[in-house]
Amino acid sequence: MDTTLLTNPNVKPAVAARSGEAPKMTSRNVNVFYGQKQALFNVDLDIPSRQVTALIGPSGCGKSTYLRCLNRMNDVIDGCRVTGDIKLDGENIYDPKLDVVMLRARIGMVFQKPNPFPKSIFDNIAYGPRIHGMGASKDELDEIVQTSLERAGLWNEAKDRLAQPGTGLSGGQQQRLCIARAIAVSPEVILMDEPCSALDPIATARIEELIDELRENYTIIIVTHSMQQAARVSQKTAFFHLGVLVEWGDTEQIFTAPRDERTQGYITGRFG
Amino acid sequence: MVIKQAEHIVKSFDEDLKNLNNVIAEMGGLAEAQLTRAVESLVRRNSELAAQVVQDDKRIDNLETDVGQMTVRMLALRQPMAQDLREVVAAIKIASDIERIGDYAKNIAKRAIVLSTHAPMKPVASIPRMSQLALHIIKDVLDAYIEKDAEGARAAWRRDEEVDEMYNSVFREMLTYMMEDPRNIGPCTHLLFIAKNIERIGDHATNVAEIVYYLVHGRSLDEERPKGDTTNVPIDA
Repeated sequence: MDTTLLTNPNVKPAVAARSGEAPKMTSRNVNVFYGQKQALFNVDLDIPSRQVTALIGPSGCGKSTYLRCLNRMNDVIDGCRVTGDIKLDGENIYDPKLDVVMLRARIGMVFQKPNPFPKSIFDNIAYGPRIHGMGASKDELDEIVQTSLERAGLWNEAKDRLAQPGTGLSGGQQQRLCIARAIAVSPEVILMDEPCSALDPIATARIEELIDELRENYTIIIVTHSMQQAARVSQKTAFFHLGVLVEWGDTEQIFTAPRDERTQGYITGRFG
Repeated sequence: MVIKQAEHIVKSFDEDLKNLNNVIAEMGGLAEAQLTRAVESLVRRNSELAAQVVQDDKRIDNLETDVGQMTVRMLALRQPMAQDLREVVAAIKIASDIERIGDYAKNIAKRAIVLSTHAPMKPVASIPRMSQLALHIIKDVLDAYIEKDAEGARAAWRRDEEVDEMYNSVFREMLTYMMEDPRNIGPCTHLLFIAKNIERIGDHATNVAEIVYYLVHGRSLDEERPKGDTTNVPIDA
């Protein structure tokens, strides 16, 4: 597949020319192969620091594949090969000397379905800090658990039942528990793969409000199938189609006046 | 640039947009007819026709209400994005501009009723020429809206300067008649307001042209529009 044909000359490259802060993560020429099949083609994308970047596109467009490249989740998939250059604060995350466990502590992830461990609420949160040697004393660990639950907006609902199993919470609460678990190890970046697709509108609104609060301290990248959600929570939006990053820009621009016909077709529901 | 788009996956969305376009087109057609008939009632001194025009303005107002309801419904139920969002917002704004054009036509008709009680005035002759030009612009702008033709909209937009210039010359003409005989001041003032109404109609038509341009391109027509109306006096002068 000749990707040059897919490049729209009207669309500026997805590389932040913003003055000031350097991007938190940069991707250059990223290609992903599942065996013989190529899933991503020459993706160049900058992820701005402390903003929410939404990745949108039809199923199979490569957005989740791209997301999983960012904390090397694709490493565990057989036959998956990633080429190109992905950096976190200027550091190559595919450097063979890099400790992947440490990387995933810096880049946390929240999945589509809430997946609390079959442990107590407290232990769900304390699990990460323990294996990373954080919170040596009981008091410190208590504090990490409380702060994480507070930041995830779950403290008031969970403070009296910390010893009860996390799986006993409602779906929305479980997802906030997973976000609390992700932030317990003080990550810099949080990847979210359709975090609200299994939640009702109220629980979704809570997560969206939470995302809006979290972006003060974290860089967030969210994959979502809901265009309205992308429009509501993100500052930047990237549209993927057939493994190609078609268009990237300010969310407002993407949803009011996209430059590429494919973006326009997708977000207005006209895709063939 | 003319945008031709593929159909929506949800076909009823296309129906909604088509209905919206049709109502705007109907409003525009009515406004054109109202202006034509208002000027005709003036020239022919036909106060019955004028009264009919005043009456019929209600139809445009009702259609504007319809557009309001349709667009609110589409925003709530379809949550349009990009081009679709611009379509819906453009419809709200265009409907309001056309409604204003209708109001001006109605006002011309009201003045035509008053003028029919006065002796015929010679400068009445310049009003139809001016309204013809305004009508052309309205028609071109509405065609541009239906065709989603930004260049057509821009071309129509530029022609408003001619309406402004015509207004200037009518203004000067009226002044000479008023100076000639103070008894002309009453009817000439009515005629001057009528000319001003047509000039304002031209402005609303250019608003619509700007909206069409935004609808197509997603950015505003940033060129400075040539201003032909030189009768405005700055307040602090």
